[in-house]
Formats: sequence, structure tokens, C-alpha cells
Amino acid sequence: MYSFDIQRPTSIADAVAALSTDEALPLGGGQTLIPTLKQRLSAPSVLVSLGAIAEIKGVCTGDDGALCIGGGTTHATVAKEAASSYPALAALAGNIGDPAVRNRGTIGGSLANNDPSACYPAAALASGATIVTNTRSIAADDYFQGMFATALNEGEIITEVRFPVPEKAAYMKFEQPASRFALVGVFVAKYADGVRVAVTGASEDGVFRWTEAEAALSSNFSADAVPAAPSGDGMISDLHGSGAYRAHLIAVMTKRAVAAAG
Amino acid sequence: MTKVTMTVNGKTVSGEVKGNTLLTEFLREDLRLTGTHVGCDTSQCGACVVHVNGEAVKSCTMFAAEADGAEVKTIEGMANADGSLSVIQQAFQDYHGLQCGFCTPGMVMSAAALLKDNPKPTEAEVRDYLEGNICRCTGYHNIVRAIMAASGQDVPAVAAE
Repeated sequence: MYSFDIQRPTSIADAVAALSTDEALPLGGGQTLIPTLKQRLSAPSVLVSLGAIAEIKGVCTGDDGALCIGGGTTHATVAKEAASSYPALAALAGNIGDPAVRNRGTIGGSLANNDPSACYPAAALASGATIVTNTRSIAADDYFQGMFATALNEGEIITEVRFPVPEKAAYMKFEQPASRFALVGVFVAKYADGVRVAVTGASEDGVFRWTEAEAALSSNFSADAVPAAPSGDGMISDLHGSGAYRAHLIAVMTKRAVAAAG
Repeated sequence: MTKVTMTVNGKTVSGEVKGNTLLTEFLREDLRLTGTHVGCDTSQCGACVVHVNGEAVKSCTMFAAEADGAEVKTIEGMANADGSLSVIQQAFQDYHGLQCGFCTPGMVMSAAALLKDNPKPTEAEVRDYLEGNICRCTGYHNIVRAIMAASGQDVPAVAAE
């Protein structure tokens, strides 16, 4: 690692102030950023750890019934505390990485990083979640802007993520067994006003909504209604699978998710 | 340099660390607690698992400064007060849950974290929990047997595959 200073503010205001320094980077749980720093792919002058900010940790239910998760909440906490209110989201969180990773990694860190194969972006997009930062609220549809790209500005911190709770939902992940990331993951969520389907792991543009499947499933919520697999154009091709293979998996995992949602 | 103070295996310790000092470096190089191993240094292998505030974490993927004020437990803190092996450690010996032993500190710490939350896990739950702990010798089978035994469950019932 290159050398840097580390700061541990205890409030959002102090964290924002610390991040106003040139070349400062926020540190969530560090389960992606620390390996990145070790490879010298990132060279901040100051690392601002968000881990000591109590006000961005925890899970609760808002007045509108939405599940509100603090940006600094670990995957392990979401897996435990969202289990009764939003089981599909809790199951997703409980299957990220491994237990030690889940004890450190945070929802805010995952969404800010927007890895094209991460699980949480699929949940946020399929749920029509709202990403709340220290300055504004961003709809999930506007938030994800391509591989590792988001609507966040420099120094902006995710303080909370609000998930409208669906009538039915399920996430199905076809795991890349070495990394535990999704080779392809599909989150299906059925709301009173329609079905949303979000796909991670597949597209070179990162997480996306499969609108054809949404239309079909909104009129008939059954695995048989899932359309034929989309084209492999624009899908990630690597040693783990071709674009066409990933495209095929999208339809397979969508069917499984619909079946699991019941 | 940043001053950190934490409790490690029940003792209060302090030290000066750089921003990029990993918790595992602080434990091994400053405190000389070399029981915590570094297998991969890329968050994959789990040999460096310790408990921070009661939760299993990979100490190679956390900065020492982030553990300021925390309660840390390492493999050196696992034995009983009289120096005899803890139930989990004894079970690893009894059931041959180690060969070269390099992964064992992380395996024992992960096993302890599992049994704290889930005192009677199924065999599948044990295997699932060890997802982030890699062993290149045993094929895991005897590790799973050891953890099942440590939880007071019937070991011969564990399938041999």
C-alpha cells in the first residue's frame, strides 16, 4: 500500500469535513477498498473511515412502511435484522462473500462501489430503493450509471437506503465459486403496481432492469411467463463465461427467482 | 502515526500505527502475537480471522486504527485460564482437524464465532460457515468433524464426503 493518513470521525458532519481534503477517500467496511489499496490501484492521501459513525448504522421501518438501512450497516446485521420485514433482501445480504466479510462489509460501501457483479445493486434497483446521502435523496433508477459509476459526487456519503417492501420477492445468484460474487444474479420484486427485475453480474454497463421480463411478469407472475433470454451483446465475457452464456443465465435465474418468490 | 488503544485477549495494549497498518500487522509485528497467520493477504483464505467486538473478521482486511477502542480476541486468547486447550482446540486435536496447521488459527476462531451464534449447527451449516477459511491439507472433513464434536453432537453421523 502507498502511505496515507486515516481518520475516524464519529459524525456525518465531521466525515464530510474530512472528505473535503484533496485526495481523501471514504472507507466503508473496506472489504473491496483494502484489497484495492494493497494492489496500489488507489492512492488516497487520507482515508476517512465511516465505521465509527453510529448514526448511519442500523435497520428500522419508516413511517411509510419502507425498510430503512443505515449506510454503515454490515451485511451480517441486514441478514439478521431484515429477516422478518424483507426476507429476500436479508437472504441476499446473508449470502454475500463469507461470514467474516459480512461482519465488515456495508451496504453503503457496496452501493457506492457499484461493482458490476455485486449483489446489493440488484436489490436496490429491483426494489426501486431510494439512496439517501448527506445532501439529497437519489432514486435507484437515477443512481446506477454504469460499471463502478454512480450519481454520487466526490465526498458524498450514503447515510441511508430506503427499500419499499414488495408483496413478493426473491434473489437468485449463480455464484462464481471462487469470489462468491454473482456470475449472474437476478432480483425479482412484485409490487402492487407491477414487477421489477434487476440483473447484476451480466452487463458491461453494470446492474440493469430487464424491462421485457418486467412487462411479462406484471401481467402474469409465473416462471412460464419469463421471456426468452436477451441477446448476449454488451454482456460481460471473461474466462468464467461468455456473454451468450451470461445472457442465457439471466432467463434461467429470473425463472428461479419467480418460482422462489412463489 | 496514530495512537491506538485496544483490549487484546483481555489485556489493554497501546501502540503507534501508520494509517496503512493492518490489524494483522499490529497483532503480529507490534504485539508479537504470531498465532494469527497471514495466508493470502487478499481476504480469501481466512488464516488471519480474529474476533473484533465478538465478531469474526479478517484481520488482514481491517486497519489497526479501525480497531481503536475495540475488544480483540486472537488464537492466543482461546485456551482456558489454566493453559489447557479450549473445547474447540481439543476437538481439533482429537479429530485430526489439522495437518500442517497453518489455517488452524483462523479455523478455530471461525468455529468459535459460529458456535457462539449457533451452538448446535448442522453439518451443512458448519461447511457453509467455513466458506471463507481455506485449508489445503485436510479436505475439510476432519475440521467439520471436530467442530461438530466441539458442539457436543454425534460425530460418526457426519457423512464421509
